Amino acid sequence: MIALETHNLTVSYDKQPVLWDIDFTIPEGKLVGIIGPNGSGKTTLLKAAMGILPADSGYSRVFEKPVDKVRERMSYVPQRQSVDWDFPATVMDVACMGRYRKGRLFGRLSRTDREIAINALERVDMLPLAKRQISELSGGQQQRVFIARSLAQQADLYLMDEPFVGIDAASEEAILNLLRSMRSEGKTVILVHHDLHTALQFFDWVVLLNTRLIGAGPIEEVLTEENLTKAYGGKLNLLSRIADLIGSKGYPIREKSSEE
Amino acid sequence: MNDFWIVLTGALVAVNCAILGVFLILRKMAMVGDAISHAVLPGIVIAYLISNSRNSLFMLVGAAAFGVLTSMLIELFYKKARLQSDASIGITFTWLFAIGVILVTAFSGNVDLDQECVLYGDIAYIPFDTWMVGNNSLGPAAIWLLSGNFLVLLTGLIVGYRGLFITSFDEAFSIGLGINAGTWHYALMAAVSLTVVLSFNSVGAILVVAFIVVPPAAAYLLSKRLDAMLWISGLIGILSAISGFFLADLWNASISASMAVSAGIIFACVFAYTVIKRRLFQKTEESNFIESWQ
Amino acid sequence: MLDINLIWVLAGCALIGAGSSVVGVFTFLRKESLVGDAVAHSLLPGVVLAFMLFQLKSIWILFPGALIAGWLSLLSISGITQYSKIKPDTAIAIVLSVFFAVGIVLLTNVQQGTYGNQAGLDTFIFGKAASMLPSEINLFILVDLILIGTIFLFYPYLKLFVFDPEFSRAIGLPVRLLNFLLSTLTVLAVATGIQAVGVVLMAALIITPAAAARFFTNSLKALIFIAVLIGVISSVCGVMISYTAPSMPTGPWIVMVLSLVAVFSFIFSPKKGILSRYLLRKRHLVKMTDENVLKAMYHITNQSHKRAVGITVLSEARRFDGQQLGASLKRLLKSNEIQRENADIALTEKGNERAARVVRLHRLWELYLNKRMNIAEDHVHNDAEAIEHIITPELEAELVKDLGYPESDPHHSEIPGIKSFRK
Repeated sequence: MIALETHNLTVSYDKQPVLWDIDFTIPEGKLVGIIGPNGSGKTTLLKAAMGILPADSGYSRVFEKPVDKVRERMSYVPQRQSVDWDFPATVMDVACMGRYRKGRLFGRLSRTDREIAINALERVDMLPLAKRQISELSGGQQQRVFIARSLAQQADLYLMDEPFVGIDAASEEAILNLLRSMRSEGKTVILVHHDLHTALQFFDWVVLLNTRLIGAGPIEEVLTEENLTKAYGGKLNLLSRIADLIGSKGYPIREKSSEE
Repeated sequence: MNDFWIVLTGALVAVNCAILGVFLILRKMAMVGDAISHAVLPGIVIAYLISNSRNSLFMLVGAAAFGVLTSMLIELFYKKARLQSDASIGITFTWLFAIGVILVTAFSGNVDLDQECVLYGDIAYIPFDTWMVGNNSLGPAAIWLLSGNFLVLLTGLIVGYRGLFITSFDEAFSIGLGINAGTWHYALMAAVSLTVVLSFNSVGAILVVAFIVVPPAAAYLLSKRLDAMLWISGLIGILSAISGFFLADLWNASISASMAVSAGIIFACVFAYTVIKRRLFQKTEESNFIESWQ
Repeated sequence: MLDINLIWVLAGCALIGAGSSVVGVFTFLRKESLVGDAVAHSLLPGVVLAFMLFQLKSIWILFPGALIAGWLSLLSISGITQYSKIKPDTAIAIVLSVFFAVGIVLLTNVQQGTYGNQAGLDTFIFGKAASMLPSEINLFILVDLILIGTIFLFYPYLKLFVFDPEFSRAIGLPVRLLNFLLSTLTVLAVATGIQAVGVVLMAALIITPAAAARFFTNSLKALIFIAVLIGVISSVCGVMISYTAPSMPTGPWIVMVLSLVAVFSFIFSPKKGILSRYLLRKRHLVKMTDENVLKAMYHITNQSHKRAVGITVLSEARRFDGQQLGASLKRLLKSNEIQRENADIALTEKGNERAARVVRLHRLWELYLNKRMNIAEDHVHNDAEAIEHIITPELEAELVKDLGYPESDPHHSEIPGIKSFRK
């Protein structure tokens, strides 16, 4: 079964293409890293896959169905700084959010829901801090709370945005071990990663991006020197200039009249 | 008895505004609340001109619709015109308010709102006092309206608590769950507009904005949880209403303004307390740290 | 209103418009536009207190009172944000409402009290453009001179500070001083402007001209110039409108004109305006359709070895939309890139050249994608369909050079016209 696939996926911000013609397939049960230089479209890829951002053309599928049909099987962990941590909420409050569902927002959470949230907190070793306000947490603890929220959703596919940024070594190890155990349970974990060097240790599969897809597949196959130069080197000068042209002149990225 | 009505009015407005203000400041939309409170003026005027009374349901709904229009216009400027958010807010409410003043002046023969007051941007600070004089027949109407408002808001709060919680805390995550964050946003804007219009009618513009922002801000400094923040804002709001009423007497000044100043004083105290506590806590941390080395 | 009064009011409002616009550009660029709103609301207590202390309504007493209050409000906003977890927008709203409330408390106290001569005290902050006095004009002139003078003196530092505060700090600019400067200028401008339009509308004088000007230019000098122009013209128009219709209030009409100018610029300004962006997109779609038609004809004539192409054949070849095809053919006929041959159409030499170029670009790009990007042959076509229309001649020359003057593309079709690049 394919966990996540994209076909000719093109997404632009402000008429400038951020993702261009992305085409890959990721089977389930893998620990996958999305890597590439800054501005290469990594976060955009996650958001487009979740349906949070609209695609200009192309599409993506999760478990071989459109995203809207399988939301209960997906979980999204945004970047830590996208949230205001001064918000008056406790660790337990955030974990419980994983039990919210589109049609079931009204009324109280059931006892089962609370138990699931508690189990999730236990798994990330944050249960003792359940009553703590989230502003009092360290970076690593905040990240773990986010992951607990995600675990509480009991999803099969997890999409995480830079979970290893700005956290201490102990938290990093704890989270990595957790992700590995999730993988051995058959879950698929896809995360945007900021650091090329640790990528080699962490992931089985890798998606190498620089607005275009450089490569996607098992890490030894994709992270070749040639590919890395294409991603991080300057050979893509022409490409970025064309992208700039598109952006500055406001060209539509896809013609509507060409054959699909 | 008049006194009781006045304080009750203030307390009701305080609680209504507190409920909304909590979410507005958590969503970083405090100034949108301020904008709506100014921009409903043309709505009030138009609705008044059509319905010819100050208390008709039509007028209130029409004016509230203007509040929602305000937030839509702000978004139009922000998303379609690509104008930065602070300027979008500023241009929208000043434009709408200017339209409102022009309308009032143009039709000033028909309108029994004090023209000078409207021009001066504070539509009701004098009428508020006048209301209290003719209070016996008017007071209860305001109480009914505000109580109704309170019931609506309370129901909305209880039913929509989790939706509001999650869309205010982490909108991207909520969209990922399939929740329509936009709907929650507009529902909140509609509630703000309605409350602003109903409160405006009773106590004036200054007090409305103050009650939307100040007690919740004080509560924000004191709360670790959302429900606590809601309770504390409500309490501080009621306290401001009560103390403001007595202070107005002491100061020989406008009642609604005194209530607002009261809220401000409470906020200042909470703020000072927080700052001092933080300093002390740091000192204790430092001395503990030093001790542990010795 | 006598004519001479009109002159004074025009002068006063023009000066106010100019001063506010200049300051507004800087607050706009720092994304602090609403701070001006807060300052406007917070002047009231300063004014009333000054009156209470000195028992005079002279502008030279009230104005300093306003300044002090304005300054205090700015300090409060930054104090609240710095020393607590309260966010900037909330801090602005708190200061705005509480200061104003204090002002109303003082004002209502004064109005009921024993101070003589307090009638009309509120007109200072509620705006009374229509009754401006020549003595007040003097104040406006002074303020504008200070505003313009300061900005002129510190221009390079202010410019850097506003566009890149981090960098300014890093290279050791006196960031605190510059902040202080801008804050003072804001308070001055607001305290002056409020006399024309009143508390609520003051924000418009600061925000709107800068916002409108932004849609025309990116350069700071041009921004200031255009913003001032808009500010002055709107003020003058507002005054004239209220002069011709005497019951009309001046302030709101100034803001009305300002807002309409702003909306106009949001829609119609070249490049950044909504309409311009829309038209640009439309133009590109037209160009793409035309070039696709030419390209299709090129391919068909190459394969059939006949000059003329039937229209039905053409429309089927690329599944063109009937209406779009018709419109495109009309345009191409007009530009002499195709001509009629009995019932069919054929490429002219001009059309043939353009078609060949488009095909060349398409194939070059496919080659680039294939060779440089490792994308499989069957994937490159759709992408090239989009790109072929926008590659400029310079980029084209580079592409050709980069790929080593290739003669054929990934599908092993010939790339036309490469030889001409070898010169």
